[in-house]
Amino acid sequence: MGPQHPSTHGVLRVKLKLDGERVIGSECIIGYLHRGVEKIAENRTYQQFAPYVDRMDYVAAVSSGLGYCEAVEKLLVTEAPPRARVIRTILTELQRIASHLLWLGTHALDIGALTPLFYCFREREEILKIFEKYCGARLTTHAFRIGGLQYEAYDTFEKEVERFCKDFASRIVEYETLLTQNRIWIGRTKGVGILTAADAIAFGVTGPVLRASGVKWDIRKAAPYAAYDQYKFEIPVGTTGDTYDRYLVRMEEMRQSRLICLQAIENIPTGPIMAKVGKVLKPPPGEVYHAIEAPKGEIGYYIVSDGTVMPYRVHIRPPSFINLQAFDRMVRGHLVADVVAIIGTIDIVLGEVDR
Amino acid sequence: MADEPKEPKPPQVPTGDKPASSAPPVSTPPAAVASTPAAPPKAAAPAPPKPPVVLQTPLDNDLVKRFRAKFGAALLEAIEDRKQAILTLERARLAELALYLRDEEKFDMLSDLTAVDWPKREKRFDVILNLYSFPKNERLRLKVYAADAEEVPSVVSVWPTANWQEREVFDMFGIIFSGHPDLKRILLPDEWQGYPLRKDYDILQQDTAWVRENLGIESGQ
Repeated sequence: MGPQHPSTHGVLRVKLKLDGERVIGSECIIGYLHRGVEKIAENRTYQQFAPYVDRMDYVAAVSSGLGYCEAVEKLLVTEAPPRARVIRTILTELQRIASHLLWLGTHALDIGALTPLFYCFREREEILKIFEKYCGARLTTHAFRIGGLQYEAYDTFEKEVERFCKDFASRIVEYETLLTQNRIWIGRTKGVGILTAADAIAFGVTGPVLRASGVKWDIRKAAPYAAYDQYKFEIPVGTTGDTYDRYLVRMEEMRQSRLICLQAIENIPTGPIMAKVGKVLKPPPGEVYHAIEAPKGEIGYYIVSDGTVMPYRVHIRPPSFINLQAFDRMVRGHLVADVVAIIGTIDIVLGEVDR
Repeated sequence: MADEPKEPKPPQVPTGDKPASSAPPVSTPPAAVASTPAAPPKAAAPAPPKPPVVLQTPLDNDLVKRFRAKFGAALLEAIEDRKQAILTLERARLAELALYLRDEEKFDMLSDLTAVDWPKREKRFDVILNLYSFPKNERLRLKVYAADAEEVPSVVSVWPTANWQEREVFDMFGIIFSGHPDLKRILLPDEWQGYPLRKDYDILQQDTAWVRENLGIESGQ
């Protein structure tokens, strides 16, 4: 299957070993989109590399950017000012909603429900418009800078975020009326691609996939970054770890993200948006690993500094890459048609898998 | 990219010990590009004036004590860097120590496995494992040193997630993991020559023979 199969969300190639219609083994062939991002990092300054991380998970660039900026800030032993952190939180949560919406639309499309895609893109468009107004870009935003933000929030920022969040409550209900009780949807997703909690942990799976397996773990709670420690939100978990549970978890996550945004815009602190970092960054020698909760799971940056302007080594732990590894475990015993559902439910972005 | 139009004005609380000397990052042109890495050091003056901050400190918590009591010499060094715990271990015993850390110390998830190349060192590679413990909500970093042809014990049997990650390290650095079930390239084509993330592999370098043969072009640049 693949690498040019519409349901593989990019250039994933899957070798399937079949017994009739049943899958008895699989192997993922990846690397078609490998660009050597980590090598590029070693040949750029810290700031020059920041836009590159947007090109990994290109549907959630804001989250990748946040992880990188915070990792370098940790390396510099500095922190972004409170105002920057709150604005970062708002944008990152909007990005989470946008990423989940894209997932929902395409996942439903893969399984055969055409309508949700149009609904999801309608709302996603609103979010991308907010990004565009904020920093001029919609996808590869490079919204944050090391040390804080480059741009102030525009005048109607809070209002627009609020309007979106207010509307969005009823929009989620719309998606749910299309799918949650839909017999075909339930038939195609319930009991498909079960991943137990023990397997999920053994395979290092993170994000909604892990939570759907019943592990209540979210880096936003476990090791709060940005401004997450100030807001109340729930971590939704599933029970069986099947495709339907992962669907429910992501739906609930969108609701929670919406609540975080609403809490955050109520009280955005005033003050500077940039910490005092020089124009030439030379972090003291040493190393740091910093992970944040991206829409797809734990995105981690391991950065080694040798005291010069360029990182000595940057390693990125991409959630899609690690989560995809559990694919084989999830797909065995299922029908060929379910393979499509399972690829969709892991929510991979090949730009991030291959880097 | 780096040219912020508005100078961030930090409303510094009067700490007294910080006169204007630490302030102005001299306006270097933002195009301090990679080709001249030696040029900008003078501009980076704002960093040093503070008293030297000690970022790496020796680590001696309960975990390290238990570990040392049980394995003694297998623990080469225990430090903290920016409050993150790092244990340097003896390479040959990595798998056994990993099993202990997973079962006894509850580091049940391997979040990340990678390597760093230091070509001037006698043992040029660091292999890095970033562990996470769900019950303790703690992270721990393991490090082993390996020379060019030395094999590193695979930890796939301890954390299955290491499978692809070790393959990636093999792909990019050429480090062999002994006991790995299926050690082959993962991101690059199987026939590719060379290990791109080694420091002596130039960023413009490529396997030209492969490119010519498989893509039918002279260069992939």
